[in-house]
Amino acid sequence: MLEQKPEKIVAFPQMGNYDVPAKYLLSNILNIKIIDIPKITNKTIELGVRYSPEFVCTPFKYTIGTLIEALDMGANVLVQAGGGCRYGYYSELQEQILKDLGYDFIFINLMSKGKKSLKKIINELKIIDSNFNIIKSLYYLTITIKMVKYMDRVDDYIRENIGFEVEENSFIRLNEEMLNSFKTVKTNVGLYLKYKYYFKKIKKIKVKKPLNHLKIGLIGELYTLMEPFSNYELERELASYRMSIKRYTNVYYLLFQKKRKSKKYVRYANEYIKYKMGADAADNIGRTKYLCKHNYDGIIHIKSTFCTPEIGAMPIINKICQEYKTPLLFFSFDSNTSEVGIKTRIEAFYDMIEGKSK
Amino acid sequence: MDKIKIGIPRGIVYYYYIDLWRHFFKKLDIDIIESPKTNKKIINEGLNYANDEMCLSLKIYMGHINYLKDKCDYILIPRIEDYGIDNQTCTNFLSLYDLANNMFDINILNYNIAYSKRQTEEKAFINMGIKLGIAKKISKKAYVYAKVMSAKDRKRKIIENMRKLSSSKLKILIVGHPYSINDEYVGTPILKYLDKLNVEYINAFDFNSTTTNKLSKNLSKDIYWKYSKELIGSIKLVEEKIDGIIFLSAFPCGPDSLVNDLVIRKINIPYLNLVIDDLDSLAGIETRLESFIDIIENARTKA
Repeated sequence: MLEQKPEKIVAFPQMGNYDVPAKYLLSNILNIKIIDIPKITNKTIELGVRYSPEFVCTPFKYTIGTLIEALDMGANVLVQAGGGCRYGYYSELQEQILKDLGYDFIFINLMSKGKKSLKKIINELKIIDSNFNIIKSLYYLTITIKMVKYMDRVDDYIRENIGFEVEENSFIRLNEEMLNSFKTVKTNVGLYLKYKYYFKKIKKIKVKKPLNHLKIGLIGELYTLMEPFSNYELERELASYRMSIKRYTNVYYLLFQKKRKSKKYVRYANEYIKYKMGADAADNIGRTKYLCKHNYDGIIHIKSTFCTPEIGAMPIINKICQEYKTPLLFFSFDSNTSEVGIKTRIEAFYDMIEGKSK
Repeated sequence: MDKIKIGIPRGIVYYYYIDLWRHFFKKLDIDIIESPKTNKKIINEGLNYANDEMCLSLKIYMGHINYLKDKCDYILIPRIEDYGIDNQTCTNFLSLYDLANNMFDINILNYNIAYSKRQTEEKAFINMGIKLGIAKKISKKAYVYAKVMSAKDRKRKIIENMRKLSSSKLKILIVGHPYSINDEYVGTPILKYLDKLNVEYINAFDFNSTTTNKLSKNLSKDIYWKYSKELIGSIKLVEEKIDGIIFLSAFPCGPDSLVNDLVIRKINIPYLNLVIDDLDSLAGIETRLESFIDIIENARTKA
C-alpha cells in the first residue's frame, strides 16, 4: 500500500499587505495549501514574548507569535526570510524554540547568511514540492515582482494623500479592492490593466490638500515601518493630523533598489558618514539629509527596541536634524509601549511643527 | 617636528587587535597611548555620550575615546565588516568609525576590513601607513612582522589556556566576548570572584580560532558572526573536559541574544547565563556565582 503523504500546509509571518503577493507566488508555483494568517493581535504578541529570548529585537517576538498561531491552525511548513542584521539569524533559533515546544514541521529559510541566494531558494522550494517547476515559477515570479512594485507605488501615493481625503476610508477601500483583484490575475498584462484601472480611480478620489500642507518624512527600521501593528498604526495617526507622509522603505526598495541606492546614500551624506552601517542605517542617514534639504516639516524615526543598526544611526540623524533645524521625533516600539504615550508625543510634535511652519 | 602619537581606546576592537597594533606601530617607530583600564570616570563619560539603548560595551568604548581626545594626534578606530561572508561582525563594528566621527571632534585614524569586498587586513594596514605618510613597502614589512609576532603572543595565550584544562580544580568555561571578559568593570570582578572560589576559569576566546570557527557548525548551522562562532566552537572543543559554562554578555548584545539562547537549548552541561547591565549589581551576581559553583561542586563530589 502506498503511504499517504500528509498535505503540505504553508505559513509565513505577517508584514503589512505583503501576504497578498507572497501567497500569490507560493500558491501558483507549489502544489500546497496556504494558511490565511490572522492579523497580529495582542494574543500573538503575548505568545511571542513568552517564548522569545529576553533582549532580542521586537520583530523576533512578533514573528514567532504568528508562527505559533499558524502551527496551532495546522501549518506544517513555515517560511521565514530576512537579512542585513540579526534578522538573518532568526530562523534557526525560532525553529529550535518551536521544536522544543513539541511542534512537528519543516522550517524553510529563504535567506542564506543573511543574504539573498537564488540557489538556496530553489533548493528549499524543492523540499516543499518535488514537482517544483523552475520555468513556471520564473513566470509567476515576474508577475509577483511587478505586483509588489505596483502596490508599493500605489501605497506611496496613498501615504501622501490619505490625510486629506474628503470621504473617510475611500483610499483604504479602493486599495483593498485592488489587492483583491490582484489575487486572480494570470498574466503580466492582466496585472497591469488591473493596476492602471485602480490607480486611476485612486487618483480621482477627492482630496482637500492645501498648498502649504505639512510634510513628514518617515524613516527607520524596516519591519516596524512596514507592519502597522508593530508601530501602533502610526501612519494612520499621522494622517489624522492632515499631514502628507513620505516613506522610502518598502519591499520593492529592499529587494531591488537597496543595493544600488545604499551606495548613493552614503556618498550623498559623505560629510557625515563614510561607510554603510548595517541594515538600513546608512540609508536612513542619507534620507535624513535629503528630507532636511528639501524642506520637510519634520522627520519621524521609528524602530523596534534593541535594533542595533538603527541605534548606531540615531546620534548621526539627530546631528543632521539639528544642523538643518528640522524637528525630529524618535520612537522605539516594544510590545509594551503605551499607546497613549505615542498619541501624546505625536500631538506635541504636531503642535511644534505646525507652529514652526507659520 | 614632534613625533606623532596615536591613541588606542581600550574597548571592543582593542581586544582583538592590540598585539598586532603594538608590534606594527613599534616597528614603524610610532608612539601609541592606550587608554587606561575602565574606571568609574571613563564609564560615566561614556554614558554621557552614548545613546541609552547602546550596548554596555559600546558605551564604555565611548568613554575611552573621550579619555584620549586631547591626549594624542590620532585616535585609532577601525571598521570591521567581515572576514568573508560566513564571518561577519555585529553591526556595531560597522558603525564604530562613523559614530565616533560624528560624536567627537577628533582626528581618527581609520581602516576598513571587508574580505567579501576584497578589503583585506594587509591592505587595511598599508592604507593606514599611507595616511601616516609611510611608504607602502615599509608598512607592508611592518605588517608582516607584526602578524608573525602577534601570532606568537596569541599562541602563548592559547597554550596557557589549554594548560588550565588539565587542572584538578573545578573547571568553568567562560563564553563571552573578550571586550566583556577582559573589561575591568564587566568581566574582571567576575573572574576575581571565581578565583576566590578556587575555580579554574577557561577563556572561550583563547583557543585556535580556525578550529573553533569550524566546530561551531555542530551547534549552529546558520551562524554567520565570526566572533560568536569562535566562542561557541570552543564549547564543542572542550565540553568533555569542563564542569560548567558561564555565558557572559553585555546588555543588550545583539548576536548573544540569539546565539546564547540557541546554544543553551542544545548543550548538556550545567550553565549560568549572566547579562551585565547595571555595573553596581555585583553583589547579586556574586550570590548567583556562588550557588552555581556550589551546585556543580556537589554534583562532582557525588559522582
